[in-house]
Amino acid sequence: MKDFIIPDRDFGTPAAKSKVMVTLTIDGFDVTVPEGTSIMRAAAEAGISVPKLCATDSVDAFGSCRLCLVEIEGRSGTPASCTTPVAAGLKVSTQNDRLKKLRRGVMELYISDHPLDCLTCSANGDCELQDMAGAVGLRDVRYEAVETHFRAKNTSGEDNPHWVPKDDSNPYFTYDPAKCIVCSRCVRACEEVQGTFALTIEGRGFDSRVSFGAKTDTALTSDCVSCGACVQACPTATLQENSIIDIGTPERSVITTCAYCGVGCSFKAEMRGDELVRMVPYKHGKANRGHSCVKGRFAYGYATHKDRILKPMIREAITDPWREVSWGEAMEFAANRMRGIQEQYGRQSVGVITSSRCTNEEAYLVQKLTRAVFLNNNTDTCARVCHSPTGYGLGQTFGTSAGTQDFDSVEETDVVIVIGANPVNGHPVFASRLRKRLRQGAKLIVIDPRRTEMVEGPHYKACHHLALKPGTNVAIVSAMAHVIVTEGLMDEAFIRARCDWDAFQDYAEFIAAPHHAPEAVELLTGVPAAEVRAAARLFAKGGNGAIYYGLGVTEHSQGSTTVIAIANLAMLTGNIGRPGVGVNPLRGQNNVQGSCDMGSFPHELPGYRHVKLDDARAVFERVWGVQIDNEPGLRIPNMLDAAVEGTFKGLYCQGEDILQSDPDTKHVAAGLAAMDCVIVHDLFLNETANYAHVFFPGSTFLEKDGTFTNAERRINRVRKVMAPKQGYADWEVTQLFANAMLAKTGGATWGYTHPSHIMDEIALTTPSFAGVSYERLETLGSVQWPCNEANPEGTPLMHVDGFVRGKGRFIRTEYVATDEKTGPRFPLLLTTGRILSQYNVGAQTRRTANVIWHAEDVLEVHPHDAEVRGIRDGDWVRLASRSGETTLRAEITDKVSPGVVYTTFHHPETQANVITTDFSDWATNCPEYKVTAVQVSPSNGPSEWQEDYAGQAALARRILPAAE
Amino acid sequence: MSLETHPARSSPQDKLVTMANQIARFMESKPYAEGREGLASHINDFWEPRMRRQLFDMLDAGGAGLRPLVIDAAPLIRRPSA
Repeated sequence: MKDFIIPDRDFGTPAAKSKVMVTLTIDGFDVTVPEGTSIMRAAAEAGISVPKLCATDSVDAFGSCRLCLVEIEGRSGTPASCTTPVAAGLKVSTQNDRLKKLRRGVMELYISDHPLDCLTCSANGDCELQDMAGAVGLRDVRYEAVETHFRAKNTSGEDNPHWVPKDDSNPYFTYDPAKCIVCSRCVRACEEVQGTFALTIEGRGFDSRVSFGAKTDTALTSDCVSCGACVQACPTATLQENSIIDIGTPERSVITTCAYCGVGCSFKAEMRGDELVRMVPYKHGKANRGHSCVKGRFAYGYATHKDRILKPMIREAITDPWREVSWGEAMEFAANRMRGIQEQYGRQSVGVITSSRCTNEEAYLVQKLTRAVFLNNNTDTCARVCHSPTGYGLGQTFGTSAGTQDFDSVEETDVVIVIGANPVNGHPVFASRLRKRLRQGAKLIVIDPRRTEMVEGPHYKACHHLALKPGTNVAIVSAMAHVIVTEGLMDEAFIRARCDWDAFQDYAEFIAAPHHAPEAVELLTGVPAAEVRAAARLFAKGGNGAIYYGLGVTEHSQGSTTVIAIANLAMLTGNIGRPGVGVNPLRGQNNVQGSCDMGSFPHELPGYRHVKLDDARAVFERVWGVQIDNEPGLRIPNMLDAAVEGTFKGLYCQGEDILQSDPDTKHVAAGLAAMDCVIVHDLFLNETANYAHVFFPGSTFLEKDGTFTNAERRINRVRKVMAPKQGYADWEVTQLFANAMLAKTGGATWGYTHPSHIMDEIALTTPSFAGVSYERLETLGSVQWPCNEANPEGTPLMHVDGFVRGKGRFIRTEYVATDEKTGPRFPLLLTTGRILSQYNVGAQTRRTANVIWHAEDVLEVHPHDAEVRGIRDGDWVRLASRSGETTLRAEITDKVSPGVVYTTFHHPETQANVITTDFSDWATNCPEYKVTAVQVSPSNGPSEWQEDYAGQAALARRILPAAE
Repeated sequence: MSLETHPARSSPQDKLVTMANQIARFMESKPYAEGREGLASHINDFWEPRMRRQLFDMLDAGGAGLRPLVIDAAPLIRRPSA
């Protein structure tokens, strides 16, 4: 195993961004740094560590500990080096007798109110207070403290009023006030890095204490979102990960990439032996810049959860219990079945679903399995149900399916539109970066039916919240474009230089029509026209304008049209091709971007090249030695339709739970039940596995090498930190299966011995990946595609000098109402979303302590709708649509508008997708999750469907003991 | 078991009609020739042969329920080999 120990020095204060360089002398050495750098950081860059306690380079300098004092020639006193900026020609001393004496005095005062239990302290070996005591040569403490914060009782046995017990309410970290030196690093990290402002310093002077929220709050009941920034910032054992308290300090760390959302945060997996001690956000990670959320930082316990299946299993029929078998027997069984199906029902009767949770290399192999071994194009991926409209819409307008910016770009944004996304819950680390920019004064426009957590936060508030009716995105975005065109607010110079002028004129004529005016669509959207006009003017003229969007855009019958409308809006206002602007799809899962890039769609080979193109097929035919089908294959909904019809019989589904995550659960179940061989390759017996005949146990992201590609097209390394608990990395399992199939057909078997070989094949065949190799990723840390001869270090910003397709293309976006309409039977509109602590179908996060924040899905109902139905907060309610019904508990809130209800889909017991319908995006069949006409009524408990389902699931999950 | 006996829902043919008409609704906002060509190439690019075959079965039977643009675009849609 390769071990990466990368020095991760703390420079004390954040880097300055000035281009003006300043030279000064520190301890006799010349140092040249950007203007605005602190003396502390300048010294650190010269290799000199000035002692410090309250400074750390993730937060602004504070100047409270007085340990980092220095002397500057010609200036009086001993200024704090953390708060004193450099100036040309300064002569700084960081060490002399006077400074040594002062620092020792400061340390003596600190230590006089700190317990000396270092040997049994959880921060032993990883404590900055301990380090500084050593650094300043503290040998004794002259002060005998009369009052302390750390003794529970005084010498007479009376309770110490200054002593505060530990707060262990959070499942992942403990706050021990006895160890606190009140350096305020945690408070500042919560404010500056995370932006939640859950922590504060209460009291004054000796009474100053770090406090979560109000006096009666605990960490858990406060606003704390458990991102871990405070724990990371704490120099002592005051805020400590429970895993460190339980296990001890790690002995090595490996840089890897989080396997949760599409932000793709870099982490240090800190290890002791093969035990993961903690995950710490990596400050050189270019997506997260040292920040994390509760999922990536703490919710990794699923990797060792008892529910994980570690042995392959097979069964003749889905009514049988599972039988544990060897890998060899499982492969033989699966290959025989799939081969038999193809012989009986034809080449097209089987297919695959690649995983957006697995690596690029694994997705590439799974689509290769269907194209080169099954010899059809029946491959699809979970992006079908989330971002396929992004692929279509951005492909049509810009020429490629990807976000245009890197996440750093948000630091230069002046006006942000967030539409159909709730990054505070779905993409929390990006949200923190966005909120930081908003606190600096950038303007925000939120387009969402629900008053999401994004709309308002500490020290910022959206200028406009366009709370539209679900399903009217196209009408709203087109109305904004109407205002921009008819009021002459567009960036004509940009449009003339960069876009197809004829297409623009056609579009301008179309969009200027009166029926696109905000006043004309007000009745449809429910948004006051004046608000739409004001938002459009702000976006057009407010400086750098960036659009971030999510599944609230794509998961509609007009998902692709909305993506086109967003691209039109960005082109109209000239907001493409420089920092601070752009069109940025926030991807759901960790590797949605990558799985799309890797040719997971049935019409596209890796690198978004249509299978009809002879030259694209020729590249792969040469490398793979097979003939590739030139017809598009089946998409997930088509597979299920064909299965019900009886023409599609076998499916290999890797790392995806279509039964829980895809719409219209009953239809999915019927499709799966109609198949003769369903192979599920996953960590757990997920819901889809209830209908499976073969189960290949999967490996976690901690157990394999590979790459993930995040929402900014950044290819990040995933590194193996422990051996796969079930024996094989997922790419090896796919290869075993491919070779078992090939053994039957006599084809040449696959012989990859490391994922880097798979990446080499991707680079060889896929122009946008031509320059990508593991070697380059080692050197650069990460790289954003396209990475090729022209851009050997990758491409942070797309479409800088010209669009990928040449000229940007405006396309007409006529609003078409969805067929899903409310009526007397189903008068409310249901829309769905996510919550911070849970992820997707919850298979991972439900198997961690994160359930403490969200143990069940609840239905948000507006007080008005609740009252007329006699529903109280916490009541069981029946939620019914024309597809099905389920029950869950109600939460009465005005976050949703009257007429709209909202829920999450993290728990299989709720099965929110029993409710959703089979309506889908016109271009891509991406399901319309975000709009379902429903009725809500009081209920006594689970629906008949839920009880049937639970019964069937329990039967389907039986495992026979292995025959020894 | 009730899992498989779900309430009556749209037939595969109805679904295809809906999907083709949805594409037509988008393409109808374009100039006629561009929309007709756009509709055909969209179906050629994204609909697998089985779906196109079913579409042609309906078109050959008169195209009941399909929007006029779908019927107009039919000559441009690739007929799957049998």
